[in-house]
Amino acid sequence: MIRVELPQHLRTLAKINGEVRVEVDGEVTPRTVLDALEAAYPMLCGTIREYGSGERRAFLRFFAGEEDYSHLGMDVRLPEAVARGEEPLLVVGAVAGG
Amino acid sequence: MSGVRLLVGTRKGAFVLTADGKRADWKVDGPFFAGWECYHVKGSPVDPQRLYCSQSSSWFGQLMQRSDDGGKTWNPAGNKFAYDGIAGTHQWYDGTPHPWEFKRVWHVEPSLTDPDTVFAGVEDAAMFKSTDGGANWAELGGLRTHATAAGWMPGAGGMCLHTILLDPVNPERMYVAISAAGAFRTDDGGVTWKPINKGLKSLHIPVADAEVGHCVHRLAIHKSKPDTVFMQKHWDVMRTDNAGDQWTEVSGNLPTDFGFVIDVHAHEPETIFVVPIKSDGEHFPLDGQLRVYRSKTGGNEWEAMTKGLPQENCFVNVLRDAMCVDQMDECGVYFGTTGGQVYGSADGGESWKAIVRDLPAVLSVEVQTLA
Repeated sequence: MIRVELPQHLRTLAKINGEVRVEVDGEVTPRTVLDALEAAYPMLCGTIREYGSGERRAFLRFFAGEEDYSHLGMDVRLPEAVARGEEPLLVVGAVAGG
Repeated sequence: MSGVRLLVGTRKGAFVLTADGKRADWKVDGPFFAGWECYHVKGSPVDPQRLYCSQSSSWFGQLMQRSDDGGKTWNPAGNKFAYDGIAGTHQWYDGTPHPWEFKRVWHVEPSLTDPDTVFAGVEDAAMFKSTDGGANWAELGGLRTHATAAGWMPGAGGMCLHTILLDPVNPERMYVAISAAGAFRTDDGGVTWKPINKGLKSLHIPVADAEVGHCVHRLAIHKSKPDTVFMQKHWDVMRTDNAGDQWTEVSGNLPTDFGFVIDVHAHEPETIFVVPIKSDGEHFPLDGQLRVYRSKTGGNEWEAMTKGLPQENCFVNVLRDAMCVDQMDECGVYFGTTGGQVYGSADGGESWKAIVRDLPAVLSVEVQTLA
């Protein structure tokens, strides 16, 4: 069981309260987690990674185990604590203000 | 007619404003999709309960929302907008070729005959069509692959297809407008397109009367005269009486002919409305006075409509999709501002009242006249 924490706008879109939990078979990477997430919540397709390229959208970040996984590619292994469900993968929106 | 429903898209969500036929007292619902940019919300002419909303965000990209109950509840529709075949390039600001990149949906235009068919105008400029209520979208690729397209260049707001007009008589004919490529027409349901910019003169391009490159801001049509199209260009108000084959300037006595919106009275095909804006460098009304100008002669002769509108210290803008008219016996006219006001007139523009004053910046206003 993988835990994923989404930004508030995406929780509202997917009608989710709190963390999401998804099952991932095999290696736990951003790609496999997002594949499982989008299969469970199709309305999230295109909101975290781009259609076509499959790349992370520019204003989002992936944090896990207090490390930034945003620039390590979609196929990097996430920490064991995330794979074991002890910690969530955080999908975080870039801050903006005025 | 029992009432009207205004569909308002803003920088931070969508709102639904409803009133009875008197249009004096309004109920405000929303925000829907709070925090998201809602570029355009529009209802089906054949099923007024069916609404489509373009919802987007710099963080999360493009979504499309659909309502089947007049805006009470919404569900996500399909949001995959993939260019058909090789995307190709258009001209970038520095003159170099730049790949076509999908950014957002500016405009949704439901079919005049089928609630499940809807068109979308997008940035980078292209037109998409759905025939299943917005679940799936396919590009009408003949426009983006037009022979002139490699030379199209974005305006400061991006290279957006922002206006779609469906001919009320000929289902094969449609008009679109692209900033800053110009106006185009199809006579075969979107398979092939031709630029219709003859008569336009634009000083921001090297050849003022070029075939393409014009920054057309908005087109409007009346259902009884489909070959007559009105245009608010970047500068200049224009009209054509032969479906765009030739345009004539009708700015006449307007105090400034820069602006974004233009619309046609519901029952008088030669009565048109614009909101003059001072200039392209100063996107606010001339002299701080918010004035709708009305022409009852199809242009050239304009009169200022000011009753109920702020006549001092007003420095808002009125964006291209933010004016509309209802179909009530006494035609209602509505527009929204970047200051968050939505103004309505229940007497054809003679007098105005703020329906709501403090919404987020208004991007679009559409109206449904309810039976």
